[in-house]
Amino acid sequence: MAGLNKVVTSYEEALSGLTDDMTIMVGGFGLCGIPEGLIEQMVKLGVSGLTAISNNAGVDDFGLGLLLKHRQIATMIASYVGENATFEQQMLSGELNVILTPQGTLAEKIRAGGAGIPAFFTATGYGTPVADGKETREIKGRHYVLEESLTADFALIRAWKADTMGNLVYRKTAANFNPMMATAGKITVVEAEHIVQPGELDPDHIHTPGIYVNRVIQASFEKRIEQRTVKAAN
Amino acid sequence: MALSREQLAQRVAKELKDGYYVNLGIGIPTLVANYIPAGIEVMLQSENGLLGMGEFPTEETIDPDLINAGKQTVTAVKGASFFSSAESFAMIRGGHVDLTVLGAFEVDVDGSIASWMIPGKLIKGMGGAMDLVAGAENIIVTMMHADKYGNSKLLPKCELPLTGYGCIKRVLTDLAFIEIKDGAFHLLERAPGVSVEEIVSKTAGKLIVPEHVPEMVF
Repeated sequence: MAGLNKVVTSYEEALSGLTDDMTIMVGGFGLCGIPEGLIEQMVKLGVSGLTAISNNAGVDDFGLGLLLKHRQIATMIASYVGENATFEQQMLSGELNVILTPQGTLAEKIRAGGAGIPAFFTATGYGTPVADGKETREIKGRHYVLEESLTADFALIRAWKADTMGNLVYRKTAANFNPMMATAGKITVVEAEHIVQPGELDPDHIHTPGIYVNRVIQASFEKRIEQRTVKAAN
Repeated sequence: MALSREQLAQRVAKELKDGYYVNLGIGIPTLVANYIPAGIEVMLQSENGLLGMGEFPTEETIDPDLINAGKQTVTAVKGASFFSSAESFAMIRGGHVDLTVLGAFEVDVDGSIASWMIPGKLIKGMGGAMDLVAGAENIIVTMMHADKYGNSKLLPKCELPLTGYGCIKRVLTDLAFIEIKDGAFHLLERAPGVSVEEIVSKTAGKLIVPEHVPEMVF
């Protein structure tokens, strides 16, 4: 790495410094837009005691499900975890600490974390178990819950295109949590389908400016589909 | 006759207005997309970051990078846009979505809704439901009026942990279309062939019944 060139060529380099008990953010919605190779590298590293922040927990044999299978995650912060039997079993046995967080609140906690805002008020979750133990306040006649922001030691991101300076473009609904997480990691590592030279991405079309990104690695993805639905051919 | 799933979707679809941005939850609400009245234009929002959700793809056009909030492969219509989850929930929380349709286990006379957690059973999470009910001004809940033993799901007070407090104004069940205001359920319409007496007997919360209750027309 030299100057603003953030490209790394091995997964060892990509996740160098990731150790036990760290907090990691992992982009994706279901299996869509997950950094597949970076997750596999965490399995290889064998790091454990992780706090994982991700909207979902993968499926049994793919995505974050792989880390669960190897018991590498101690705490999971997610909005919906319904597709994973390993998760279920570890949650029921008390082995895994789960903090269920409303999806929009989770997205905003991460956005706020990356933007240097320590907490915010939201109406989401007022009067529900989510608000238990949290400060509430009435503002202009409506009740709000104080939610603290989230940051991470590592943010693991999947992008469609990156330039060598770490400017990113996402593709379709594979963006999801990736853009906010890219801003909220002390070290943000991006797995991109394509790496291009600076100037090749139109500055008007960049979703994540390179200032947030520390490392970029080129990868190909399996892109497994969770719910394959098609209409009948005409 | 109680409404079928398809009829529930059909009745909700009559509430769509030209130019609406609409979020449809998983299950019966999703079926509403099949009954958008002719001659009106609506955009479907999917909270994973898509405005302008289209029909399911064909085997040829399937794209793993394009899914809906139920994780199903979908397509995008002309004029669609993609964005982050933070942007998506800014739309929802900021009240920019004109109509939200979602399911529930229970609702009560104060407009509170329980839809995500049954104590003792596995908890899968609330997903975006809490944000949707807190953010939307105009929500229609679709649900069964009573369980299979006849126990009402329209209650004086929700018994299950809440998804949102005091946020629901309209409920469409398999038996009736109901408005919630002033601490009571108000009967607006009944399903074809369903008597007011049956609705009364299956509504545990306070129910206001006007002199004339029209039947839904399909």
